[in-house]
Amino acid sequence: MSRSVLECEGLVRAFGDLVAVDDVGFTIAEGETYGLLGPNGAGKTTTISMIAGILEPDAGSVRVDGEAVTTTTTGAKAGIGYVPQDLAIYPDLTAAENLRFFGKLHGLRGSGLDERVGRVLDVIGLVDRAGDRAETYSGGMKRRLNIGIGLLHEPRLLILDEPTVGVDPQSRNAILESVESLSGEGLAVLYTTHYMEEAERLCDRVGIIDAGRIQAEGARRQLVGLVGERDRVRLGITGRAEHAAAAAASLSAVVEASAGDGCIELIVNDARSALPGIFEAVGSVDAGINGVEITEPNLEAVFLHLTGKALRDE
Amino acid sequence: MIRASLLIAAKDVRQRIRDRSAIMLGLVAPLGLAFIFSLIIPDFGGGDFVVRVAVVDEDGGLVSQAFTDQVLGPFADEGLLEISDAGSRDETLGLVADGGLDATYVIPAGFSSDVLAGLPAEIRVTGNVDAQIATEVAAAIAAEFTGTLTGAQLAAQASGADVGLLALQAAQAARPVVLSEAEAASKVLDATTFFSAGMAIFFLFFTVQFGVASLLEERIEGTMPRLLAAPIPPISIVGGKAIASLAVGVIAMAVLTVASAVFIGADWGHPIGVAVLIAASVLAALGIMAVIATLAKTPEQSSNWQTIVAVVLGMLGGTFFPVSQGPEALADISLLTPHAWFMRGLGELHAGGGPTSVAVPVAAILAFAAVTVGIAGLRVNRMVRL
Ligand SMILES: Nc1ncnc2c1ncn2[C@@H]1O[C@H](COP(=O)(O)OP(=O)(O)O)[C@@H](O)[C@H]1O
Ligand SMILES: [Mg+2]
Repeated sequence: MSRSVLECEGLVRAFGDLVAVDDVGFTIAEGETYGLLGPNGAGKTTTISMIAGILEPDAGSVRVDGEAVTTTTTGAKAGIGYVPQDLAIYPDLTAAENLRFFGKLHGLRGSGLDERVGRVLDVIGLVDRAGDRAETYSGGMKRRLNIGIGLLHEPRLLILDEPTVGVDPQSRNAILESVESLSGEGLAVLYTTHYMEEAERLCDRVGIIDAGRIQAEGARRQLVGLVGERDRVRLGITGRAEHAAAAAASLSAVVEASAGDGCIELIVNDARSALPGIFEAVGSVDAGINGVEITEPNLEAVFLHLTGKALRDE
Repeated sequence: MIRASLLIAAKDVRQRIRDRSAIMLGLVAPLGLAFIFSLIIPDFGGGDFVVRVAVVDEDGGLVSQAFTDQVLGPFADEGLLEISDAGSRDETLGLVADGGLDATYVIPAGFSSDVLAGLPAEIRVTGNVDAQIATEVAAAIAAEFTGTLTGAQLAAQASGADVGLLALQAAQAARPVVLSEAEAASKVLDATTFFSAGMAIFFLFFTVQFGVASLLEERIEGTMPRLLAAPIPPISIVGGKAIASLAVGVIAMAVLTVASAVFIGADWGHPIGVAVLIAASVLAALGIMAVIATLAKTPEQSSNWQTIVAVVLGMLGGTFFPVSQGPEALADISLLTPHAWFMRGLGELHAGGGPTSVAVPVAAILAFAAVTVGIAGLRVNRMVRL
């Protein structure tokens, strides 16, 4: 096992009565990509903010390469590349100016700065537009610049907070590819998302977070094992999906049931033998079925299994 | 820490310079308005300040003669007064009403004999409504003279001396008393300088307002988390904002001073005195605008409140019209603004004072700066967070 770059433990943060993050801790090793997977409001951004040293924790500690990170430390922060969830660029400055400014803030200067700015512009594909103001860029270009700033000073730990939200599929794929190649260079990456597919594709290990707590943690295979030898069944529903879910949940073969928008998701022991009974139960509550999908359990199923909720609320 | 502040300041200044509306507000508007105002509004004092008066001497006695010859004469010789030949009382008052004269003295029949008999007597001063300062000067001269007479009368009564003789002597010796008034008049800036200075200090408050308020901007724009994540002390972010504000304020004022002198002929006075006044004023403007920014929740709210405060202080501080022309209470209230002290300081310099003549105005302006920068400093930390 290689050296750990990030170690955090016992992180707690409340906003008034709401405990947004409740005893969160994990480590990330060199070259490893760690995913925090959880729905909106789970506490991902709050956790990351404490790790990046921009939010004071109520309890707990963060170390990067063995050095403590707090809101006032400057040494340890130099090792972190932080890409906020919302765009954090100056629209009235050009890409090159944005990069140069943040590069200088991170202590780069002279030819080293020039070299890194040129390199990052190349990586994020903005060489041709480097002299245009960021406000003239497309959404995808702004996102790429946003990420590029985090890479500029060659951090040991790169923190990406939901970098693909609101991004068109093409840019999204480009972002995922570049994250994959970055971890290959020995960078430790902390990646938050509420997209199960991204976590499955990118992350060596995933922490499933809900309601401020890490519910389970491990490689994809380990997590899926938590669900057991079960299948995931997704039914398209006409009529009241909640009623259909409740009816299905009453069957002994159905382990978990949740209702979505026009569909229900089930975790089922042996889908083949259980399906007729499920169709009957759903039909009995005056709901129609307009589609069936049976898959192997994935992280979404794990989340459902752990929390009784669907990962996505859309 | 300093390096980080300077980096942030340089970034902010770059953003300001790129913002056309900031250049409009900081340079074009003040210079343009100063030029327009100075064209449409005639001088109310300053270099070639002359009060045009006439004396309607219905008395023709010894004392009235003394007033005309001994008191008004020397002022006329100095060029402060321009004394026209008077016709009848009605004709002269008509001229004053038309603006042909700034003011007139009417010495009623029996004035001299009343004075010599120890009775109260008055010289009536009537001024043109549009020549308020001129009227004040004219009235001050008369008031000093009658005051001297009254003093002599009282002294004579107390000592049992001959009232008439003492009063006459007093009248004839009365001349130097109003010299301080004459000096006050020359502290009034000419219109071009007045409006150049008034508009410069008025718009300075808009020019520096972005400084601390841009912390709100960074939070809205989402760049604050990135600044906080950088390996710099959080306080250096505030430092950068303050430096940017100061730099832009000083640059704008310097450009306005030079441009108004070169292009529209403003006469600012001793350069060191002007520089010190500007430096102090930029600090005070920064402090006042910063306090308001720390009270606001959004950039819009901050900008709205700052605008209101800048306009109210500017009006009260006499940047659009000389407060000396308004009621006395206004002149007093105006001293609660740095603007008034700035204008006052320039008046001192205009009257030929050196850098030390602005010590009191500068101290007053620095007091505004100290208090407001202190309050803002205590409050600003809450703005440097997510
Ligand atoms: N500054 C804040 N003030 C109050 N509540 C907050 C604040 N930031 C986050 N929260 C709350 O904390 C919880 C976790 O939020 P967040 O960490 O942003 O979740 P995520 O990033 O997983 O969507 C949410 O319920 C959110 O409303
Ligand atoms: Mg978030």
